[in-house]
Amino acid sequence: MSASPTLRRLGLLTPALATIGLLVGVPLLLMFWISLLQKGGTSGVDWASVPSGANYLRLVWEEDFDGTMIVNTSYLLILLRSVLQAALTTGLCLLFGLPVALWMAGLGRTQRDIMLLLITIPFWTNLLVRNYAWLIILREDGLVAQTVNAVSPFGPVQLLYNDLAVAIGLTYSFLPFMILPLYTVFEKFDWRLLEAAHDLGATRARALRRVVLPIAGPGILAGSLLVFIPCLGAFVTPALLGGGKTLMLGNIIQMQFGASRNWPFGAALSVVLLALMLIVMTSVALLRNRRAK
Amino acid sequence: MSGSSAVSIRNISKSFGRGASAVRVLDDVSVEIGEREFFTLLGPSGCGKTTLLRLIAGFELADRGVIAIGGQDLTQTPPFRRPVNTVFQSYALFPHLTVEQNVGFALEEQGMARDKIRSRVGEALEMVRMHSFARRRPSELSGGQQQRVALARALAPRPQVLLLDEPLSALDLKLRKEMQIELKQLQAEAGITFLFVTHDQEEALTLSDRVAVMQGGHILQMGPPREIYEAPTHRFVADFIGDINLLEAEALPGDQLRIGQGVTLPMAHGKAGAVTLAIRPERARLTAPGAGTLDATLIHSAYLGTALLHKLELPGGGTFLLRQSEVAQTPLESGSRVGLALPADALRVLDQ
Repeated sequence: MSASPTLRRLGLLTPALATIGLLVGVPLLLMFWISLLQKGGTSGVDWASVPSGANYLRLVWEEDFDGTMIVNTSYLLILLRSVLQAALTTGLCLLFGLPVALWMAGLGRTQRDIMLLLITIPFWTNLLVRNYAWLIILREDGLVAQTVNAVSPFGPVQLLYNDLAVAIGLTYSFLPFMILPLYTVFEKFDWRLLEAAHDLGATRARALRRVVLPIAGPGILAGSLLVFIPCLGAFVTPALLGGGKTLMLGNIIQMQFGASRNWPFGAALSVVLLALMLIVMTSVALLRNRRAK
Repeated sequence: MSGSSAVSIRNISKSFGRGASAVRVLDDVSVEIGEREFFTLLGPSGCGKTTLLRLIAGFELADRGVIAIGGQDLTQTPPFRRPVNTVFQSYALFPHLTVEQNVGFALEEQGMARDKIRSRVGEALEMVRMHSFARRRPSELSGGQQQRVALARALAPRPQVLLLDEPLSALDLKLRKEMQIELKQLQAEAGITFLFVTHDQEEALTLSDRVAVMQGGHILQMGPPREIYEAPTHRFVADFIGDINLLEAEALPGDQLRIGQGVTLPMAHGKAGAVTLAIRPERARLTAPGAGTLDATLIHSAYLGTALLHKLELPGGGTFLLRQSEVAQTPLESGSRVGLALPADALRVLDQ
């Protein structure tokens, strides 16, 4: 018995399709379904409730005591703050990651390997532990805080439990995601192009702007996405280093599934986050296509 | 060469590495290159020719000595302030820019007005016959086309000196020959001093007004191609350029040279003791046995189309190459005895 080529191909594809379907498709659909339901008693979801878009409306409007709907900007503000925090982190990662990646690409083989190892070593430790480490570093009686306060012209500075602490923690956590793609670009970079630029009258800064950065563009884009996307959903760092005061989208979602026991609203927030990421990635892809032309 | 020299290199030394592992790449090199001259640095890899070029471009700094371009001391000047441009061996075209953007790069750095850049880029591309490719990217061009764009890019800012680092070595033979002719024409047209680096002796002889043969960080001999080819002063130069026969000989008093087994030649040499005699394969002649300077045995003849290349065995051992242009003769059989005539004006006595 010989199956038709189409059937054979379908058969070969089945394991992959099944894996993606079961592990990605079904959970996504399930979450979207939950986001349309109402919250239930102890289980978090009232499975018998009538599906509606009420949870999405809750992001912007809330019901006043007398039943009228008024605009509630608190969730939108958190959303905005998350985007800004993620953008700030991405910027900081680029600022620190670019010189490191450039420098690493110029090293000898052994030194490069050592640097790569050093950059990957933090991943061997749990994210939670690493954030606790920052908690200790930045706290009031910590060495860093004491040093900063000793030289600060503005009097004592609070390093912990604010947006700065979150930015530091997030930058630390995601820096390798920026360095590695940039390093990959610079490792393949033809340094003779830099000589050519100098030869044609470009100073170091001009050569960086006109030759190095444009060619490193795809790496910068990849690194930025790798930092920005997970940053948007981060919740461990804001919870620990932000002290629960500066909430990000990830914290709200976590709270809905945890303490608040409001799974449908948490699911709605997750769907919004997902949509946001899709928008970012699509626009980046469009931008890249346009530039390639 | 008049008093004005485009490039003046005085007592340049350069080492790479530090301490005991330091390698001296250039050792007290001095050259004067004239205005509008096509000057070639020729030598095997590692002879220091590329380093010398990079020192003039400013990519490396000399340990000692002075580099002046157009009469100005530029020894310590960074590359972006030197009035020279380089054509790189790998072309080093900017992959993210179009052909016209590549060619206009230096002009933009000079802050030239946009419409002026456009006309200058057009001119430069016209010069290398690449104007119809202005909007392409380097990756869409063949090797020869990329080569032309690299030339246009380096010529567009009208440098005082154009540095060419083995620019033709990546091209296939036919294209290389074409580009050689174009380069020569381009130089005449642009009226710019060309400093050309190559390991290809034929290329050096074809293109250059003057050639400097380098080895081990020194310039061994410098002069017009004809002089380098016909009157080499060093054994290395003679051996490196073209085919040559080297014969061990003994300088005898009374302007006589003894070649092996009692064969003596009258020749003014001004030397004493063991010397090396050099003669080009095309300058020796075949004669009837006994009628030449010495007799030899034919090992093999190769037909080259325009000539015959004979490989002979000398009586004292050793082989001798002889190039015979008059092909229309009865072919000689391998193993036959022949006479070998070595005209005195074709023989060179070399330094060891």
